[in-house]
Amino acid sequence: MNLFSLSAWRHRLLRYYPLVALSLTVGITALLLVTLAALPPLGEVGNPSHNLVSLKYIEDGLGDTGALNIVAGMILDYRAFDTFGEACVLFTATCAIIILLRSDTPDAYDTMLHQMEEPHTNIILQSVSFLLVGIMLVFGCYVIANGHLSPGGGFSGGSILGAALILYVNSYGIRRASHFINFTIYRRLVSFSLLFYAAFKGYSFFMGANHLPSGIPLGKPGDLLSAGLILPLNIAVGCVVAGTVYAIYVLFSQGEMR
Amino acid sequence: MYLEMALLLYLIVAAVTVFLRQRLLDAVIIYASYSVVLSAVWLLLLAPDLAITEAAVATGISGVLFFVVLKRIQAMDAEHSLDEEV
Amino acid sequence: MWLYLRENYYQITAMFLFGIGLSALLLDRNLVKKLIGLNICNSGIYLFLAAQGYIRGGAVPIVADGVQLYINPVPTGLILTGIVISVSVTAFALALVVRLYKRYQTLDIDELSKLVVKEGM
Repeated sequence: MNLFSLSAWRHRLLRYYPLVALSLTVGITALLLVTLAALPPLGEVGNPSHNLVSLKYIEDGLGDTGALNIVAGMILDYRAFDTFGEACVLFTATCAIIILLRSDTPDAYDTMLHQMEEPHTNIILQSVSFLLVGIMLVFGCYVIANGHLSPGGGFSGGSILGAALILYVNSYGIRRASHFINFTIYRRLVSFSLLFYAAFKGYSFFMGANHLPSGIPLGKPGDLLSAGLILPLNIAVGCVVAGTVYAIYVLFSQGEMR
Repeated sequence: MYLEMALLLYLIVAAVTVFLRQRLLDAVIIYASYSVVLSAVWLLLLAPDLAITEAAVATGISGVLFFVVLKRIQAMDAEHSLDEEV
Repeated sequence: MWLYLRENYYQITAMFLFGIGLSALLLDRNLVKKLIGLNICNSGIYLFLAAQGYIRGGAVPIVADGVQLYINPVPTGLILTGIVISVSVTAFALALVVRLYKRYQTLDIDELSKLVVKEGM
C-alpha cells in the first residue's frame, strides 16, 4: 500500500484543502469566542477557577513547604513528581536530537564546518562577552538559588546559564569551551541531577501522598537556606536545563557534541 | 487598561505579520519581539515567574534555536549551489 | 449572555492568537513558519489560562506581610511546565526540519511531498 501516491479524485479533493482549512479555523475560532460569552468577568474573587485547590496552596503553602514563593513551593514540593517528568522530557528531547542530527556519512557541510570553526577573532564580540559572560553566570546562579524566595527558579536560571555558555561558545569557539563543558561532563551532570531528583522525590510515586516531610528542617522562611528540599531540587533542575540548552545549541550548530 | 489593550493588540498584529513576511529571518525576529511583549503581559497578569521564564526560555532559547537552524539551512544552500556549479 | 465580553479582552486575544496560530499551522507551506505557528497557538492557550488565574486587586503569589489576597498560583505552575515543554518540542521539530532539508533541499511542504512521491516511498 503506497501511502503518498494520490489517485485522481484525491488530487481533486486536495485542491479544496486551503478552503476547508480556512473554514475549519474560522469555525473553531468562532466556537471559542461563543464559549467565551459564558465566562465570568476577568479578575473577580468569586470566579469558579479560584476554588479550594488554590486556597489550599496559598494558605498552607508557607507552613508545609517553607518557601515564600508559592509557585516554587507548588511545583517543587506538592507537585514535584510532575516537574521531574518535565526535566526528563528535556533530557529525552536532547537524546532524540542527538540521534536525528547524527550524520551517517560525513558530507561536505560537516567538513566545511570544521574548517570555518577556528579561530574566532571577532574583537568586538570577544570583549563584550568577556564582560558579559561572568555577569550572566552570576545572575543565573542568583536566580536559581533564590527560586524559593523570589520569582525565578531552576528553569529560568538554568536557561540564563545556558545562554551565557552559548555566548561564550559563539565568541571564543567550541574548542576553548570544551575545556570546561563537553559531552562527557554534560552527560554526567544531567544524569547525576536527574538521578538525584529521582532519588529524593521518586518516593511520592510509591507512597501516593501529595506531600511528605523530607526530614530536612524547613528553617526560617526568607532565609537562603530554608524550605527543605526545594533549593537542592532547584539546583538540580537548573543543571539539567543549562546542560540541555547548551547541548541543543551545540548540536544544531556543530552537528554533534564532542 | 489602555496599556494592556495596546500590548494585546501588538500581540495579534505581530502574530499576523509573522505569516505575511516572506523572509524567514524577518518572521523569526518578529516572533522574538512577540515573546518579549508576551513576557510584559505576564507581568501585568501578576505572574513574574512566568515573565522571567518566558523572557529567558521562549525568547532567548527559542529565538537562538530558530536562528541557528536558519544559519545551517543557509550554509547547506550555499554548499548545494556550489555542487551544482561544479 | 454577552454581558462580560467587553471585560474579557485577555481571553478574546487568546482565542484570536489560537486561531491565527492554527491557520498558520494548516495553511502556511513553510515548515519553519508552521513551527512558529505552533508556538503562537501554545502562547494563546497560556494567555487564556493565565487570565483565568488573575484576580483584580490581588498580589503576586509571594508571601509578604499584610497581604490579604493573592492571585491563583495554579495556572502559573501549569504554564511554567508548558513553556519549557513547548521549547523542547520546538527543538525536536527543528531537528526533524534540518534532517528533511539535508535530504530534499526544500522547506516547502508541497514540494516535499512531491519529492517523496517521486522517490516512491
